[in-house]
Amino acid sequence: MEKESSIMVIGGGIAGIQASLDLANLGFHVDLIEKEPCIGGRMAQLDKTFPTNDCSICILSPKLSDCYRHPNIKLHTLSEVQSVSKKEKCYSVEVKKKARFVKEDACINCGLCIEKCPTKVNDKFDMYLRKRKAIYLYYLQGVPAVMAIDKEHCLYLSNLDKGKDICRQCENVCPKEAIDFSQEDQISTFNPNAIILATGFRQFNPSNIPQYKYAEFRNVITGLEYERLICASGPTNGHLERLSDKKPPKKIAFIQCVGSRDIKNQKYCSSVCCTYSTKEAILANEHDSEIQSFIFYIDIRAAGKGFQKYIERAKQEYQVNYVKGIVSEIKIDENENPILYYENIASSELCTMTVDLVVLASAMIPSDNIEYLAESMGIELDEFNFIKTVPSEPIKTTRKGIFVCGACKEPMDIPSSVTEASAAAAQAAQYASQNKGD
Amino acid sequence: MHLKTRGIEILTELRIGVFVCNCGSNIGSIINCSELADYAKNLPNVVFAEDNLYTCSETGLTKIKNGIKEHNLNRVVVAACTPRTHEPLFRGICNEMGLNPYYFEFVNIREQCSWVHQKEIHKANLKARDLVKMGVARSARLEALEKYQVEVTSSSLVIGGGISGITAALSLAEQGFEVYLVEKKRKLGGMLNDLYRISPNYEDPSEYLQLVKKVEQQPKIILHTNSEIISIEGYIGNFYVTIKGQNKVESVEVGTIIVAVGAQVLKPVDYYNYNGKDIITHQELEKLLKENKINQKNIVMIQCVGSRIEERHYCSNICCMNALKNAIIIKERAPDTNITILYRDINTPGTKNELYYRDVRKNEVIFLRYNVNKPPVIEDGKIRVYNNSLKDDIELDYDLVVLSTPLIPNEDNKALSQMLKVPLEENGFFLEAHVKLRPVDFATDGLFVCGSAKWPVSISEAIAQAKATAAKAAIILCKPRFEVEGSTARVDTEKCVGCEVCIKICPYGAITKDDNDQVLVRNVLCKGCGLCGATCPHQAISINHFTNPQILSQINALVERE
Repeated sequence: MEKESSIMVIGGGIAGIQASLDLANLGFHVDLIEKEPCIGGRMAQLDKTFPTNDCSICILSPKLSDCYRHPNIKLHTLSEVQSVSKKEKCYSVEVKKKARFVKEDACINCGLCIEKCPTKVNDKFDMYLRKRKAIYLYYLQGVPAVMAIDKEHCLYLSNLDKGKDICRQCENVCPKEAIDFSQEDQISTFNPNAIILATGFRQFNPSNIPQYKYAEFRNVITGLEYERLICASGPTNGHLERLSDKKPPKKIAFIQCVGSRDIKNQKYCSSVCCTYSTKEAILANEHDSEIQSFIFYIDIRAAGKGFQKYIERAKQEYQVNYVKGIVSEIKIDENENPILYYENIASSELCTMTVDLVVLASAMIPSDNIEYLAESMGIELDEFNFIKTVPSEPIKTTRKGIFVCGACKEPMDIPSSVTEASAAAAQAAQYASQNKGD
Repeated sequence: MHLKTRGIEILTELRIGVFVCNCGSNIGSIINCSELADYAKNLPNVVFAEDNLYTCSETGLTKIKNGIKEHNLNRVVVAACTPRTHEPLFRGICNEMGLNPYYFEFVNIREQCSWVHQKEIHKANLKARDLVKMGVARSARLEALEKYQVEVTSSSLVIGGGISGITAALSLAEQGFEVYLVEKKRKLGGMLNDLYRISPNYEDPSEYLQLVKKVEQQPKIILHTNSEIISIEGYIGNFYVTIKGQNKVESVEVGTIIVAVGAQVLKPVDYYNYNGKDIITHQELEKLLKENKINQKNIVMIQCVGSRIEERHYCSNICCMNALKNAIIIKERAPDTNITILYRDINTPGTKNELYYRDVRKNEVIFLRYNVNKPPVIEDGKIRVYNNSLKDDIELDYDLVVLSTPLIPNEDNKALSQMLKVPLEENGFFLEAHVKLRPVDFATDGLFVCGSAKWPVSISEAIAQAKATAAKAAIILCKPRFEVEGSTARVDTEKCVGCEVCIKICPYGAITKDDNDQVLVRNVLCKGCGLCGATCPHQAISINHFTNPQILSQINALVERE
């Protein structure tokens, strides 16, 4: 079937990737817009996925390649939507592509530039747990597999306006002449017939809950930090160790509903934490069978396929204990071991527990540019700033021709995101076909 | 070395490249991959070998491409995770580089080695060497094959006329495809017909049932109510389905099939003195609410009846929201009603559901948690439930007890799964191809599943899944042809004596006889399972890509240890 219509997908995480692939296979041209230097999103940061313990990047990676290779998909990385207006049968979308300072078609990802680059920067992909260089590959398996230069931190670029001409070592060492300091941010206009939003989520900052002392205690970390720590391509090469003394932990506490189900922060439930904390506890025990875990929870919510069984397995085979009760406060002892104060609801007793490491299941919240994006698109958000939908039309936004999938509309797991992505593809395809040439 | 390529013997020098994947720690923590690559370098015909952290990353793929180019490779061996998820990718890379994709060989050193021998690292490393050696030997014997093109009939069958089936059928029809919608019962709408209101917005099911009218008016949808599927034959693009209606039996041809048969509510005959009178299910309660027959003073709802227990492990996902909704409806009609919900964990994930739960708590509905080891007891007109905080029983009066029972699979799932040749999971729900990334596909091409046939879901989730299956089906239906696997059976007519054992044993009906009484394989039907090859008494059948010389070369490589 010949189709001239094009569809824009905003967000290159698993939802955006799946929607793009389905649309491309339906014969549509897809412009996939991603603000980071590579597509992959949150799923690329995870170590394994529940309830099968499949390695996350391993099952994602073929999809990244499919997206990159598909003749109907054009990837626009380092790109963000600036404005959207409605034309007759399509939208007019302005997209700003930030300068990469590396020619995408020339870079062969040999890494010589990284070796030479003198500037170290905290690495966002690794949740700031290690340093990268000012010229960098966003992550090891990232697509497109080409470098990007961080303008703010690059010695040459950051000193340019001071009239200094320094460094440029990457340029000297690059065998392919791929470095291009003359690149500038570019604004392009696209005319898609339909738009799919898949901008995902970010993690709530637990410093907002003072009693957990996340900002002060090095051995109190978030779920995403833990994912990077236990991941083989992460900052410790997969060796699970404490940030304070690099000692491997033997007793780990996982605290649920950190910033979720909390009237001072997010009133809603983040949906996936009970199961992902169970996964993280299982992984700890797989790394070291002496590790014991304690999951502090309000309600166990494990309704997805195979999830309840996963929790039973965690209890029986991996030394995972579930404690009903909210932790009220965390202190530390002289060795920076966290001490938890909590009520055990099962026994109605006030208790303390000293552990080696605390992992906070921090709430999923909408991405930071969502308000701007919603305003420019003319769509409504719900009271939490997620994109508004109604249960009978789970994929439609409040504006015709703009659809939504994944965690930008409500916290959800990977299978639900993938399902919604395909559903969004069906609806966008239907809409674009009906609104073309008539 | 002589190689047979489409019947022509050509003389080619074998140039094998081996790529060993660390797969982060999945393989690298057990197997020394750089040593394994060094070992591979010394195997016969191997001209290039290296290890990568992730062979499937763009970086790793580029290395394969460069390897093929720089070393003129004509066979590629990747030792990595599993062909199930990654073989298509690596074959695609070979294809891109002008190498027949069937010249690619996968050695599984994750599932068959590092994962299963974690406790015996030394032996695991020896085994990895053997596996690579076998893979290299086999790759030398691989033959170039072509994929087959299948014509696609551009229509679809949707089995089940509940909200999932209706939504899927409408979506496909509105994309321009013809749909046969088959419903067992007289009426479309499935469970929607039994509901009084829908959570969390109290919608009247009739709002959703408007879709039924849309279905009836949609010219692209051919409706079969009061009908059952009695047989399904064929393959992607060409399924032949027999539908038995009340008065007639009809055969239709479709390109794809969507399973949307839903589920049923467990009747709790063995739980809590269920009697259908003053101890009822929520499904029965909804009926009474519809008829406005609820006026009891003391109502107790019990959650997880028949679920999250030894005999049925799973959480049925929708019962908490359903109970909360019914509690609110009763409270709004008669605010003086005492409603107590006995629960284990309240399952209201996400934004809308959790807010709903908060609202219900404000409405003077009492929530009492019970311990699964000391479940509530109904005796002498009272309910006794043990309370952890009081360390004692609480006694509750009741006029009506409502039991939250799970959705369970339909009894005829098994028969349907056999017709479709797709698996069910341990509880009897349909099993998808991959729980994370292929949530609405079956492993067999052209077959899809949505709604509670797969797992208990809310109406909203069912709608999303149904639309997802519509996208997946449309991807196949929008093209006139579809490619299928080239590794099929072939018959050596010289050796075949026409005994027909293969015809009887083939589970796909792929083998038949032509006009000259000669046995022949219909390639698009053949799945390459090998049953015929193993059964043929005259060794007249071989399976492309799994020929005797190929398999023997692997075995020989293994036993010829130095």
